Formats: sequence, structure tokens, C-alpha cells
Amino acid sequence: MRDFEYEAPTSLADAVGLLAKSKGTARPLAGGTDLIDHVRTGRLVADLIVDLKKIPELMVLELNNAGLRLGAAVPCYKIYEHPGILEQYSAISDSSNIIGGMQVQNRASVGGNLANAGAAADSTPALIALNARVIIAGPSGTREVAVDQFCTGPGQNVLEPGEIIVELQFPPRPAHSGSHYRRFIPRNEMDIAVVGVGASVVLDASGENFVSARIGLGAVAAKPFYAQEASELLAGQPVNDETIQKAAAAARAVVHPITDMRGTQEFRTHVTGVLTERVIKKAVERARG
Amino acid sequence: MATIDEVKAAEGSDEAPKYKVIGTRPIRHDGADKVTGRALYGADIKIKGMIFGAILRSPHAHANIKSIDTSKAEALPGVRAVATSADLPEPGDKIAELGEGAVVLNHLSSNNLARTKVLYKGHAVAAVAADNLHIAQEAASLIEVEYEVLPPVMDVLKAMSSDAPVLNPDVRTEEASTGEKGDKPTNVAKHIVFEKGDIEKGFADAKYVVEREFRTSTVHQGYIEPHVATVLWNNDGQITVWTPTQGTFSVRSQMAELLHVPLARVKVVPAEIGGGFGGKISVYLAPAAAVLSRKAGVPVQIVMDRADVLQATGPTPGSFIRIKMGVDADGRLTAAEAWMAYEAGGYPGSPIGAGAMCVFSCYDIPNGRVEGYDVCVNKPRTNAYRAPGATNAAFATETVVDELCEKLGMEPVEFRLLNASKEGTRRIDGVTYPRVGLVETLEAIKNSDHYKTPLTGKNQGRGIGSGFWFNAGLKSAVTVTVNTDGSVSLLEGSTDIGGSRTGIAMQFAEAMGLAAEDIKPAVVDTDSVGYTDVTGGSRVTYATGWAAYEAAQDLKRQIVARAAELWDVDPAQVSYEDGHVIGPDKSVCFKEIAMELSTTGEPLIARGVSNHNEPGGAFGTHLVDVEVDPDTGKVDILRYTAAQDCGTAIHPAYVEGQIQGGAVQGIGWGLNEEYWYDETGSMRNANFLDYRIPTCYDLPMIDAIIVEVPNPGHPYGVRGVGEVPIVPPPAALEAAIYDAVGVRLYELPMSPPRVLHELLKKES
Ligand SMILES: Cc1cc2nc3c(=O)[nH]c(=O)nc-3n(C[C@H](O)[C@H](O)[C@H](O)COP(=O)(O)OP(=O)(O)OC[C@H]3O[C@@H](n4cnc5c(N)ncnc54)[C@H](O)[C@@H]3O)c2cc1C
Repeated sequence: MRDFEYEAPTSLADAVGLLAKSKGTARPLAGGTDLIDHVRTGRLVADLIVDLKKIPELMVLELNNAGLRLGAAVPCYKIYEHPGILEQYSAISDSSNIIGGMQVQNRASVGGNLANAGAAADSTPALIALNARVIIAGPSGTREVAVDQFCTGPGQNVLEPGEIIVELQFPPRPAHSGSHYRRFIPRNEMDIAVVGVGASVVLDASGENFVSARIGLGAVAAKPFYAQEASELLAGQPVNDETIQKAAAAARAVVHPITDMRGTQEFRTHVTGVLTERVIKKAVERARG
Repeated sequence: MATIDEVKAAEGSDEAPKYKVIGTRPIRHDGADKVTGRALYGADIKIKGMIFGAILRSPHAHANIKSIDTSKAEALPGVRAVATSADLPEPGDKIAELGEGAVVLNHLSSNNLARTKVLYKGHAVAAVAADNLHIAQEAASLIEVEYEVLPPVMDVLKAMSSDAPVLNPDVRTEEASTGEKGDKPTNVAKHIVFEKGDIEKGFADAKYVVEREFRTSTVHQGYIEPHVATVLWNNDGQITVWTPTQGTFSVRSQMAELLHVPLARVKVVPAEIGGGFGGKISVYLAPAAAVLSRKAGVPVQIVMDRADVLQATGPTPGSFIRIKMGVDADGRLTAAEAWMAYEAGGYPGSPIGAGAMCVFSCYDIPNGRVEGYDVCVNKPRTNAYRAPGATNAAFATETVVDELCEKLGMEPVEFRLLNASKEGTRRIDGVTYPRVGLVETLEAIKNSDHYKTPLTGKNQGRGIGSGFWFNAGLKSAVTVTVNTDGSVSLLEGSTDIGGSRTGIAMQFAEAMGLAAEDIKPAVVDTDSVGYTDVTGGSRVTYATGWAAYEAAQDLKRQIVARAAELWDVDPAQVSYEDGHVIGPDKSVCFKEIAMELSTTGEPLIARGVSNHNEPGGAFGTHLVDVEVDPDTGKVDILRYTAAQDCGTAIHPAYVEGQIQGGAVQGIGWGLNEEYWYDETGSMRNANFLDYRIPTCYDLPMIDAIIVEVPNPGHPYGVRGVGEVPIVPPPAALEAAIYDAVGVRLYELPMSPPRVLHELLKKES
């Protein structure tokens, strides 16, 4: 490991300035649970590390009629300990509860999980299901990107040099809605998703029909993605095994998994369907209250 | 958990306990330091003036080394020394006895620092010492190595074919029975054949015959503490090594041989050890650290990281095994045949010998043939791991047995009771068992609450498996000093991995009629105690315990003689019983006589040694319930019970700990652990995230049933306990998975993708 500079600015402008000015490799740091490991193992050689945790905008956690604002550096434990998030945005609560163990959850952020752009990131499918927007600040101002457009490949995203994620914004939740995230791992702890599925459903007042749905898939392609056809298939359909199985089959049809030390292509494809079914059912259960 | 104490209580036994100290559960002598973090492990060792080393490792699985240029590394400020194989003496073709069997010195030396070839990814090529670790690492990356990359040989069967690239030009196939060697370079280092009876007739007599092929993956011991060595090559030529090791004396002889220095110039100081399981016997870092220290003139410490540990130490082999077994209509085994090929890794030396002896060790088989091969592949040089070679073999045999039971419609426990090895059974390799306790472990399982509680849930299943391990005797030494306050300091050379300090002190205390707390045991360096073989082969409680017993006999003799002198009576009138010296007209307790003798003569010290080879083989039988998710192939363990014959449980809690720990490692091996290689021969999961040892969330409480069939070959009936419990789990799990969802798994690990694959195959 080579020596590097460390800065902990207290304003967004300073952070953007530091990152934009840096001539070498500059990287923002939230919880550091990915970054520190990358530096330690030599995957990343950094000249400047900019700690974002002292910037108020990145620590926002606000839930009201306008929806949810989640600062990019808010640690997981604050998310799953928030009763409103648990009730209305359960999928993101589920994800925050799964990422690492207690020590990791005390530091790790959803912003870092997203920015790291891992194919198996546990919060991204939930963010996709909940239709989050990514608010980005950079040297040339602020911009917004839909979360399913954010990752561009393994470890790659739309951020330009000097840009950072400020927060994630979620639309308000309609009545009779529910969401869930679940992953498959070979052990019961300490593993990376072999398949991850996030789903959000909105039901009609009877609770018997889908109004709309969004399904996000992780670990089954080069990046987490929105399973559009499977999601749209559910809209207007009755809630029953047959509809849900159809959506699961549609999800299975769009995956492009690889075989690696975590699972085979066959396994990932099959389990995408299995989890999609299980996750939709759980989201329905939550929507029905 | 059914403990031995509870079992005895439940049986309403009112006979007086045989022992006072043995069978109790005193607090371990090293406990406070371990739970408060004060114990000094390898990386806690800090020696004045110490600098830090880093190793440059091969990025290729198989390559010739054309050249090594260290000039840039040497020029980096802060670098104090650089070493390559050129700094180690030429090993020639010597074969050395190093306390872990005979070793071709050239292979051991080349494994420490590669000479002409690298034989696996992570193979050490050069070493650097610098003022701090970061400089050392950067310097290592500046060393330029020119490789000629060769095709990697990763599969044991392909490695055996005549057109496979040969890893070691000096290896010839050795016929184990005659010692004769072949004349062509090959990857097959050894060929073993054992035969008994008439195998053709045996199979002809069979009503059912089952023949299956099995594969198992390379797996690692997974000890938490990485390897570390700190070495000072002093100006006077004395070399001191501080390291966590299973065998200080083995490290001493390895260092003397590899560095060509007299044995007496090397002193090895044991650190506390954070797990070994067989993997901390060979040296990996100390020779390089020694050379660096000689060059730099100061102590050098080298610590591995997890990737180094997995890629460059000594895992246990992957294997290919074919098993054929036949039974008659009554369920009696008539014949058995095994063909086994074990991956040695880069250099010869897989535990194929033990595997071939263990493969049918649980059964009384009239006709049999076992053929085994030791095969080099481009993976790390394998090393011992808890009952080395036996788990692979038991997985194969026990699975075939389970299939035979199904054909016969026979309860697996009953089948085993009918065919079990017992006193007088002759194994296929020719050994005849003394009194052993396999039948008793089967009965213990049959009588367990677990066995009597039927499973009711969907996709749930139950499996059983048995296993065997020889255990070892070998040499041990103990020295004791009686202190003036009546306490006893006990010095031993067996590094303590499973609480053996206390187990040895307890045997000494029992023999002396003292309390465990009166004894102060210490594991000391190679200059401070008599020669002691490795902590391995489940031998320490047996052998070093016996040495402690002998030290007690020596001490008692001295006390009697001295008391007689003191009291001015005929020594024949003095005896030592139950913690007291008894004369014609008085009885004095140990404490008092210790104090009195200290003021009336020379200091009171005693010694004991042992070198016995009746360790009494040990058997275990495990019972497991699982639930399989039919949609994902994930296996959850619902309940687990392990019964094991341990001869006599000196400290029952440590025996239970060994049984539980072994079972857990076997479960990991069975379900998820594997070296996952890509096509270039690179291990892709060299970390504890993707090399999946079970976590506490993956395991139920392991119920340990201690069965005591005393070993006639030990003063207290001890048998080794540490290794057997890793042997049955994969087989028991396989049977349970089959019982739950009706698919057979012939390959380890039985990970979710494999189980799901079989389930999908069955469906279509
Ligand atoms: C033991 C352990 C277990 C883990 N288990 C899981 C798991 O189960 N599931 C899972 O998905 N992950 C897991 N991880 C990975 C990691 O914890 C998560 O990805 C975490 O969410 C990362 O968040 P962080 O705040 O620590 O990010 P950091 O490490 O601080 O940053 C991650 C990356 O994002 C960049 N970054 C951070 N914040 C911003 C920002 N605001 N704007 C732009 N770029 C930014 C950084 O420069 C870096 O490249 C685990 C890690 C460890 C060490």
C-alpha cells in the first residue's frame, strides 16, 4: 500500500472542489467498507481519499409526504432502525439488514454500495424496485439519474471525474403497496448474493389485483437491472400463483449470468425464478398489511 | 448435550469413580490469557530491532523460471535484504527424516523458494526485508521474473495420463510394496496395492454389487491464525525462530537441513497457535526469514495474508475414488475394491497411504483390493489435515454402503453393526485391530434420543456415517520441578492446540494424587525440554500424557527414597499413595514433604519420556438430519449427533470440543468448501468470503456422545480424539440429502448448485 492524502471536508462544495482539483487518483469515501479493502489489496491505488461523512447533505434522512430522501453516506443501521422506512420502503430496510454484519452495517452506506457498482450489490435491486433517483453533484452543478441507469458495467457507473452522489430520492409510496429484497447465499451469513431480487408491488383496494410492480435483479448480469417485462406483466393481473409464476419465468428469461466460484449459470437462472416468486409473494403480503 | 458425566449419572452408576482428576473439567491453565487477548500468538512477537519481510509469489500455476532480477528491489530506499533460492544451500538429492516422515529436501527447499520452476500459483519466488511492510511489498513487486509459462495440470486423472506435462523431472513412480522406482519422469509419485482374500470369488458370492465414482475438491484446514515466522540469525551463528507451529523440533530439523547448519545452532520458540489441524508442521516462511536476517543482521518477521495461506500452504488433496462393494443376501460384505488417486499438489506426498488404509477400515471384509496413486498437479503442495486422506475415502465408501443398505432394505445402523470392524478384524492392508470401539459408537447412536426421534417434515432426511483414524504414538518428553510451596512446574514440548497443557497436567496430577491446579504446565522451546514429536496424529494426550505419567513415577520413586533417608527407615517401608508419603509410623502429604525436602537436600526434579506405539485406533459414528430446499438445493442442518470412542476422556469438555470442531470442519468440507480454479490454474476464491467455511449460523449444536472403551495400550486408557470426527460428516450428509430429496451426490462439495443440478436432472 502506498501513502495517500486524506481530507474530510465539511461542505459539499469543498468535497467536489478537492476531487475535481486532484491530479492523481482521487476517491470519495463513505463507510470505507469497500474502499479500504480495495486499497489494502492493491485493487485501487489512490493519491487522495475524500471522506464524505462530515458533509450534512450526505447524512440527510428525511421521510414525509414528498417521499424519502436518503443521504448517500447514511450508514445501514440508521436505515433499518428507521420505523418509517421499515414500513413504507421495506425493501431498502431488508437490504441494509443484509449487507455485511453488524460492524459493517455501522459504517456501510447505500450510496457506497451503489457507487461501487458491483453486480451483486445488495441495495441496488431494492433501489430499482423502489424507483429511486440518484442526485449527483459535480464541478458543473447538480444532476439527476434514474437508479436503473446509474451502473454501466462491473465496477462502472455514470459518474464523471469529481462527481459524487449526494442523496437518493424515493417517490412517496401509494396505498396498498409493499416491497421486499431477498438474496440467495450458500451460507446463512457472510456471503455475496449469488442471485438478488428486489420487488415492489402496488395492489388495488381489494388487495386481489396488481396495479403495478417493479422488479430489480442482481448478480445475474454484468450489472443490476430493471426486469421490465416481468414487472409490466403483473400490472392489472390478479394476484395468484399463475401470474406470479409468469412474472418469474419472464425474469428468468432476461438474465445473463456467468458461472463462477459463487454459482453456475444454470443455478443462477433457475434461482432467479425461484426468488422472484418468493419476493413478489412477500411484497404482496406486506402490501396487504 | 449428553455429556459423559450425564450419561454416567443417567445410568445411575454408583460405582466409585475410577479417577480423581481424570474425567473432571478444571479450568484450563492458559484460559485467562486466551479469553483476555493476552496470549502471545505468532504475530504478537516483537523482537528488538525487528524488520519486516514480504514474499514475491508466482502469478502462474506452472512455469519455468528463466531469470530473476532483484536489482530494482535492492535499490529501493528502506530495503535491507533480498533473497532467492540462490541463497539457500543446494539440497542435492538428500532425503531427510524431519519429524513428519521422509522428505525429499529438494522439494521442501524449492517449496520455500522456487528453484527452477514454479508449480502452483502463489509459489514463493523471492523474499524482501525492509524497514516496514509497505516498503517490503513494494520492493517485492519491483523484482523482475522472467517466466516461460507452461500448461497447468489441474486434474488428477489427466495428470496421470502419459501425455500430461510433467511437473517434477526428478519424480519416478515408486511401488510402495517393493520400493522399486520406474524409469521415466512422471506425475505419479507412488503406487500402492493392498490385497486380501480372493476378490473375484468375493464378488461372485455377492447378491448385490454397487460401484460408483467419486470426486472431492481440495480443501484447507482454515485455521484462523495465518502463518508467521520471526527469525534472528545472530552474529554468532545461532538462529532463533519464534513461530506458532505444531512441532518445534520438526521446525528445528527442517531449518538445520534447509540451511545446512548444525541442529544445535537452531532454537525454536513456540508461540501460542491459532489452529493448525496438520497445516502448521512444514515450514513456509522461516527459511526465507532466516536468510534475510543473516543478510540484514536483525530479526525479520514475515506474516502471510489469507490469500497466501490458502494458495501457498498445505491444503488436503482433491481426489478421484472408485469404490465397488458386494454383499450377500444376509447383508454381509463379501468383497470390496477401491481405486484411488489423490492430488499431491506441486510436489509428491499426498496422504494416499493413509487413505488407502482407511478406505474400508470400518468393515470386516473377507476379500478386498485397494489401489492408490500419489499424483502431482499444479496446486499447492498438500499437507496433513485432520485424519489426512480418511475423509475423502469415507465419503466414497460410506455412500456406497448407504446404497447397499437401500438395496438390502436394511437399516444402515444394523448393516454397520453386522459388518463392523472389531478386535481381531484384519484390514485389507494387513493390520489386525486390537480392542476398538466402533460397535460401541454405533450402539450409542442407536440409543440416542436423536436416533429415536423420527423426522416428520417435508424435504427432511437423516444420514449416518462412520469413520476411523489410526492415531500416533511417537516420542515425547516431560520435565517436572517440585517447588518449595508444593506446586509442580511441568515443562513439555507439545505445542498446545486443543487444551493439551491441561490434559497432560491432569494425568500428572492423577498419578501424583494432586489437583490439576497444583500443576503449572508450560510449553517451552527446543533448548528447554527433551525431544518431542509434533502435535499431530492425535498423539499428544496419549503420548505426552504418558511421559507425564512416567515423570510422576520417577518423582514418586525419588520422594520415597528421600523420605526414607529423612526418616532414617528402610525405603521398602515407605510408599507413596494418593498424594501422601507413608512411612512406618506416619503419613505426610505431598505439600509438606515437598517443603521439607527442599530444606534438606538437593532440588527435586523428575523426568518422563515415552515412545510407545499402541495408540489404539479410534472410531466415530455421526448422525445428521437435514432439510433441503428443493428449489435452490440449499442444505440446512437440523440436528447433529456424533458418538466417538475416546478410550478415556481425560478432560471431557476438550474431548467434546474436538468432536464438535472436527464435525464442523467435515460439514464445511461436505457442503461448501472447495478450491475453485479457473482455466489458467488460478484459485479464484482465496479468501474467507468465497472459500466458505461454515459460520455459527450454519450449524446446530453438535451433540457429542463420548464412548469410553479404554485403550489397553495406555496407563489411563487414552486414545487420540482429534482426527476421527472430521471423517464421517460428508458421508453422513450425503446420505441425509438422499433421504430428504432422493438425489445422490458423488462429488464434494455438495453445494447448492450441485444439489440443484441433480434435482433438476431428476425432474426432467
Ligand atoms: C465484511 C464485509 C461484508 C460485506 N457484505 C456485503 C453484502 O452482504 N452485500 C453487499 O452488497 N456488500 C457487502 N459488502 C461491501 C460493502 O460493505 C458495501 O458495498 C457497502 O454498502 C459500501 O458502502 P461504503 O459506505 O462502505 O462505501 P465505500 O467503501 O466508502 O465506497 C465504495 C465505493 O463507492 C465510492 N463512493 C462512496 N460514496 C460515494 C458517493 N457518495 N459518491 C460517489 N462515490 C462514492 C467510493 O469511492 C468507493 O469506490 C461487504 C463488505 C465487507 C467488508
